[in-house]
Amino acid sequence: MLRVDITKQLGEFTLAASFTSEGRVIGLFGASGSGKTSLINTIAGLLRPDRGTIVIDGETVDDTAAGIHVPAYRRRIGYVFQDARLFPHLDIRQNLDYGRRMNGLADDPVQRKRVVELLDIGALLDRRPGKLSGGERQRVALGRALLSKPRLLLLDEPLGALDEGRKLEILPYLARLRDEAGIPMVYVSHDAAELRQLATQIVMLRRGQVTAFGGVKVLTGPQ
Amino acid sequence: MFEISPTEWTAILLSLRVAVIATLVATPFGIALAWLLARRDFWGKSILDAAVHLPLVLPPVVTGYLLLLTFGKRGLVGAWLADHLGIVFAFRWTGAALACGVMSFPLLVRPIRLSIEAVDRRLEQAAETLGAAPWWVFATVTLPLALPGVLAGMVLGFAKAIGEFGATITFVSNIPGETQTISSAIYSLIQTPDGDAAAGRLVIISVAIAMGALIAAEWFARRATARLHGQ
Repeated sequence: MLRVDITKQLGEFTLAASFTSEGRVIGLFGASGSGKTSLINTIAGLLRPDRGTIVIDGETVDDTAAGIHVPAYRRRIGYVFQDARLFPHLDIRQNLDYGRRMNGLADDPVQRKRVVELLDIGALLDRRPGKLSGGERQRVALGRALLSKPRLLLLDEPLGALDEGRKLEILPYLARLRDEAGIPMVYVSHDAAELRQLATQIVMLRRGQVTAFGGVKVLTGPQ
Repeated sequence: MFEISPTEWTAILLSLRVAVIATLVATPFGIALAWLLARRDFWGKSILDAAVHLPLVLPPVVTGYLLLLTFGKRGLVGAWLADHLGIVFAFRWTGAALACGVMSFPLLVRPIRLSIEAVDRRLEQAAETLGAAPWWVFATVTLPLALPGVLAGMVLGFAKAIGEFGATITFVSNIPGETQTISSAIYSLIQTPDGDAAAGRLVIISVAIAMGALIAAEWFARRATARLHGQ
């Protein structure tokens, strides 16, 4: 479960978002500049809200009135960025293992095998990120986030940097992830078609404000 | 002609020891300072930045004299260190190492700072979301990615330390076997009537060490860069 009720001033731009979701995949929909990335960064703990609360899976991670701000590294979230952000000095195996090590989790070969198979990245394990295609990088980034055993997965336009063909290559993996991994997700996109395929709930943002909230059908309404 | 006398050997080995110790001790401080200057904003940052570069622009004799006033036997810090920790810098090889460390510090810090500034902060953010606390972000992402700069800084600092003359001779004098480095040995030999041949040998050796250091730096930097780009 995710509960968000925050305001954040970013220069001239005001982000004011409030919603509660039990959905498996919350789609954050809006044009570029609508505040989607700022909102997801606030949920991740990379930005600190000026006012309000964020509750992830029953834990209050932000509460400005009570002075609570759990730093990003202790939120147990997974974050897949538009630009993968794999560590160039580590090979794919080490990239995948990074979150587990940093969180001090025990080695879990069963989960690793499952994630590697789910994302079809077994052949890449000994390579360096520099040798991967954009689509392969994004699949590894997904795996890296999953293997840190997050309680919430944040995806910021994970297909945004890919061409049409690559998008179609990744989409099935994301759908499998939604159906098999059992981790709630927040999925940011400006592409309604993408969200119709993946999201179970939609939060629509416009100029920093939530303008609609509900099932996928709100995407077909007036924007 | 090319027979190196025991006195010359002593000066060569002392120079190497002084420069190696100065570089190794200065490097952790250099990395910490470079990180502060690259990644933190605080009051007095520009003053700190200027202070780090000061030995580069001050006459070395001034730096040496300031070291003598501070770390000499009756100096503020020197007296305390001698009384409480038994560490003496004045007229010892350790003093030579301190002088070389201070003089080479700006050259050590600069490449490290530049390479830390060049590390993509989005990678540090990614590490944070994967559960890495700030210290671990630094140790597992920032520092490895800045490694070519760290090595370059160390080699430059070493090269500067091995050639240091003015501050060293002012602070710890020119005592054979204790503080007489290659530079001060050459200085003494040039002023001795029959010293030309010996001075010439030491000149050749210092050129060889400097060239070796520069070639090593280039090699390390290339290797480290290749590693970072996944070749």
